[in-house]
Amino acid sequence: MKIKLIALSFVPFIGMLGFLPWVNKVEPFVLGMPFLFFWFVLWVALTSGVLAILYKFDPATREGDPK
Amino acid sequence: MNAALFIIFGFFILSMYLGISAKKGKDMNLEQWTVGGRGFGTLFLFLLLAGEIYTTFTFLGASSWAYGNGAPALYVLAYLSLGYVLFYWILPKIWKYAKEHNLLSQSDFYARKYESPYLGVLVAVIGVVSMIPYTVIQLKGLGIIVSEASYGSISPAAAVWIGAITVTVYVMSSGIHGSAWTAVIKDIMILGICIFIGIYLPLHYYGGFQPMFEAIHAANPAFLKLPDKGFGISWFISTVLLTVLGMVAWPHSFSATFSGKSENVFRKNAIVSPLYALLLLFVFFVGFAAIQQVPGLKGPDADLALLKLTIQTFDPWLVGLIGAAGLLTALVPGSMLLMASAATLSKNVYSVFVPTASDQQVAKLAKYLVPVLSLISVYFTFNGGNTIVTLLLMAYSFVTQLVPALLASFMKNQFVTKQGAAAGMSAGVILVAYITITKSTIGTLFPILPQAVKDMNVGIVGLFVNVAMMVVVSLLTRNSAASSNLKDQSQSA
Repeated sequence: MKIKLIALSFVPFIGMLGFLPWVNKVEPFVLGMPFLFFWFVLWVALTSGVLAILYKFDPATREGDPK
Repeated sequence: MNAALFIIFGFFILSMYLGISAKKGKDMNLEQWTVGGRGFGTLFLFLLLAGEIYTTFTFLGASSWAYGNGAPALYVLAYLSLGYVLFYWILPKIWKYAKEHNLLSQSDFYARKYESPYLGVLVAVIGVVSMIPYTVIQLKGLGIIVSEASYGSISPAAAVWIGAITVTVYVMSSGIHGSAWTAVIKDIMILGICIFIGIYLPLHYYGGFQPMFEAIHAANPAFLKLPDKGFGISWFISTVLLTVLGMVAWPHSFSATFSGKSENVFRKNAIVSPLYALLLLFVFFVGFAAIQQVPGLKGPDADLALLKLTIQTFDPWLVGLIGAAGLLTALVPGSMLLMASAATLSKNVYSVFVPTASDQQVAKLAKYLVPVLSLISVYFTFNGGNTIVTLLLMAYSFVTQLVPALLASFMKNQFVTKQGAAAGMSAGVILVAYITITKSTIGTLFPILPQAVKDMNVGIVGLFVNVAMMVVVSLLTRNSAASSNLKDQSQSA
């Protein structure tokens, strides 16, 4: 389980940085932004999502809070 | 007195009041003072960490990068969100260890993990040498923002003095509680202002985001993507990864970490924080909007892009709010930096060399060091010149050199020795200093490499040498430690 969670942590890095040669372009514009900008905004939001999933499945979170 | 001046002074008094009253009902021993008695919940911790990370430099720097360099500015957004993935895993571990051993500073952590107070001294020195220029840049930024936003009626020098005095007073009286309370108003203001001007300016001048980007794209088709050379893809990736590591290494972030009340506080904080980083997008929008509205800002003047455009666009009262936000953005990290420097000098340097010093004396010295460090920072703000710029460039690379020993200390069997940790850090720091002073790049160091490698962030070299030294020296000292153990055993047997 822990291995899976750690692997999941790499997803934002790969998503944001791993596709740069293919997403490094201005067109098409998405949400009024150049494509490259949109790509980063998308992955910043997905990073939050990934961390929320981690939190949900991370066994450490249940012993983490005192009381 | 114009409206802007009135508003800036109003917030200055408010922050002073909040900062001083934050200590109410608390006995200010060193633990309360530096880490808030380890009692901060998710919201306070979020504000503190955000308060430290979103500094005047982020503000002026991010808009100036967008204005001057275009797409490469995105690296700030990338590292600020990816950094929290690392934070998710590592901050709970650091916090837990600190709580178990009652640690108060970053050097405490190294000194305890590696069982070497002298490694603690080394970490303290590297930390303080990095934190002073970082404080100076906050004061410089504060000077620029307040004097521009007051339409020149407060000189940069006066603004720097006002900022330094405020910060000193509330750090001395309330420590981290003061920083946390100032962070509350700071973040509300920053959030409101950035989103408002980031949306308003592109709409007002271009009729929307897409028309703005299309206009920039038409004028310079290469501006909105990463270039093939220089700030290209390999530069981008290497810089983001290095900066992500560096984020965890700042001594004042450690103090903030220790102030949390449970492990889960950090995990929850990590979930929300990348979304908060989207704030930077709006700062970029302002930088982009400025390109065609206040053209021709070159070099350091590009830092003024955001301020010049807002002054040109808005009424004095709104400009005053921006100036006040600028004041607060400098005060929060400034106070954390001063406090962390003072606490570590007192606890990890002074009391190592004067072991007879009582806890009370150490706490007292820490407080009296605040005005001293504050004056040193003010001095460098006015007289630092190029030295301080060079120091600042080094500072981030310096703290990054603390990371390998930090990560290694969490390995199951502690492979890295204290000598290895010290050797790695020292080698990394010396190399980084050399590289910065001689303005080397990977291209000048190794001219035969392909362009993509040449463009990588030169900090990688320092980190690589650091890890290599750490491993080699650890192997050597481990063997000698093991063999001397064997000798002891054979002698006793």
